[in-house]
Amino acid sequence: MSGLRKESWGGFHPASATDYLPVAKLRQLQFQRLQRMVKRAYENVELFRQRMEERNLVPENLKSIEDVTKLPFTVKTDLRDTYPFGLFASPMEDIVRVHASSGTTGKPTVVAYTQADIDVWANVMKRTFLACGLHAGDIIQNAYGYGLFTGGLGAHYGAEALGATVIPISGGNTDRQIMLMKDFGANAICCTPSYFLHLSERAIEGGIDFRSLPLRAGVFGAEPWTEAMRVRIEALTGIKAFDIYGLSEIIGPGVGSECLEQGGLHIFEDHFLAEIIDPETCEPVPDGEEGELVLTTLSKEAMPMIRYRTRDVTCKIPEPCACGRTICRIKRIGRRSDDMFIIRGVNVFPSQVETALLQVEGTLPHYQIILTREKDLDQMEVQVEVTAELIGDTVGAVEELRKKLSQAVERTLGIRAALRLVEPHTIQRSEGKAKRVIDKRQFK
Amino acid sequence: MNVKQLSLFLENKPAHLKVPCQVLAKEGINILTLSLADTDQFGILRIIVNDWQRAVDALEKTGHVVKVTDVLAVEVEDRPGGLVDLLEIIDEANLNIDYMYAFTFGQANRATMVFRFRDPDSAIRALEAKGVNVLNTVALADRTVH
Repeated sequence: MSGLRKESWGGFHPASATDYLPVAKLRQLQFQRLQRMVKRAYENVELFRQRMEERNLVPENLKSIEDVTKLPFTVKTDLRDTYPFGLFASPMEDIVRVHASSGTTGKPTVVAYTQADIDVWANVMKRTFLACGLHAGDIIQNAYGYGLFTGGLGAHYGAEALGATVIPISGGNTDRQIMLMKDFGANAICCTPSYFLHLSERAIEGGIDFRSLPLRAGVFGAEPWTEAMRVRIEALTGIKAFDIYGLSEIIGPGVGSECLEQGGLHIFEDHFLAEIIDPETCEPVPDGEEGELVLTTLSKEAMPMIRYRTRDVTCKIPEPCACGRTICRIKRIGRRSDDMFIIRGVNVFPSQVETALLQVEGTLPHYQIILTREKDLDQMEVQVEVTAELIGDTVGAVEELRKKLSQAVERTLGIRAALRLVEPHTIQRSEGKAKRVIDKRQFK
Repeated sequence: MNVKQLSLFLENKPAHLKVPCQVLAKEGINILTLSLADTDQFGILRIIVNDWQRAVDALEKTGHVVKVTDVLAVEVEDRPGGLVDLLEIIDEANLNIDYMYAFTFGQANRATMVFRFRDPDSAIRALEAKGVNVLNTVALADRTVH
């Protein structure tokens, strides 16, 4: 098996050509696409047109790429408020696919793709794999979940476009993952970094050393992780671990990816315009300064996103990357500008846990969410203080209540959560905003 | 004729039982009997005291959540088969016992048991119809004086 192939000037894969465009040319391309995108959204999306009108703006007011800052922001609740199809800019007959979030606050957020969008998606995921040193002929085990979640199909189409052989195993079933990885000789795996650590530890328990397998690259995303975790994964398994970035509102995985330098994530800027803003003032911050990442799709047809506030905190890295790519680089996402957290690839807001608890007895008890990592898998425990309404005098009644609360949380979030009842006044009260989430996971 | 039982939710951790007991001690409230139901995560402490209303106030003031339940204090003959005779009567009345425990004190040849029934009032009627002595709080308190 060949190793990870380094791309260099004059030697890059043709599909990656736009990664190396001269910056002036790239900005020109972005501006042309932005004009088209804004016009499309203005003509087809009611909410966007309203917001433009409130600002006395028409698409023709855009005179340069910098004018993007005049445009209104889009936020996650806009997707929910227009559920299911309110932000679509294409007629349904042109839409070939929809994906949706786990729908943890009642209604899911829906995103749509035309055939051209699917092609763009396959292209950016192909470039992601190329940036991670993979190429045609590789065998890629895709352990991202297939289905409404964008991870599985996004990586799948990209890997096929690359000319790789895809093992579409989807998530879960750890022992089977290890068996197929070994028997099929996978070179690369796509999954969350925590799941990969879990896989490798289970493999070691079963006497399988990943270093003796052809596996050499991990394309990891869908949750925040750290440099320390990369060091651990690479030392434990001998693979190169790459961080990728994406979100369904923009396209899914494929918004950005690390390259072999592993020094930040390149954003595929010909399709996604990246701004960094101060989350309080909403003003742009200078390159190199931390802020919230705001993304605008430049070629999406079915669902253009204008200045989408990702709530992910990062910064642009001003220095050019040693790989030669000219598209911008952002630092690994470390935290968010809101209280959302990601557990096992699922976005969770504490308010969703609140909604679930409220359903059970009609009162909101004091609660706290404790996140830990056991055997490299995220664990979530919801601690709920008992109240006069909640307490019973029999073990059965209390256990029944605990079960009801636990089921409500699982039903609402779509992920398993332990629920522990605690004595009154044991959860720390804070002045002002309650500290709802205690994150003890090691990547913090 | 019901007796008030106080239930407290406790986490199954060292020293968690002591705190509410200290509150009662400080108020000079005597625990007549108690039982503790346990699971690996939590326990439920059930107590019967000589002044339940004052006990509830004191516990709530110190941040405890207390559930008050009606239970039956029933006399049973303190001899082999005494409990079986009582259980026969309970069976015949088609009553289900949620849980039961015993008082620490007895009187002459009679012991006292605590029963929790889903519907305490109809349980009292059924038991008294069979001649079983169901004690009220005053009678209970009397028995602990000497």
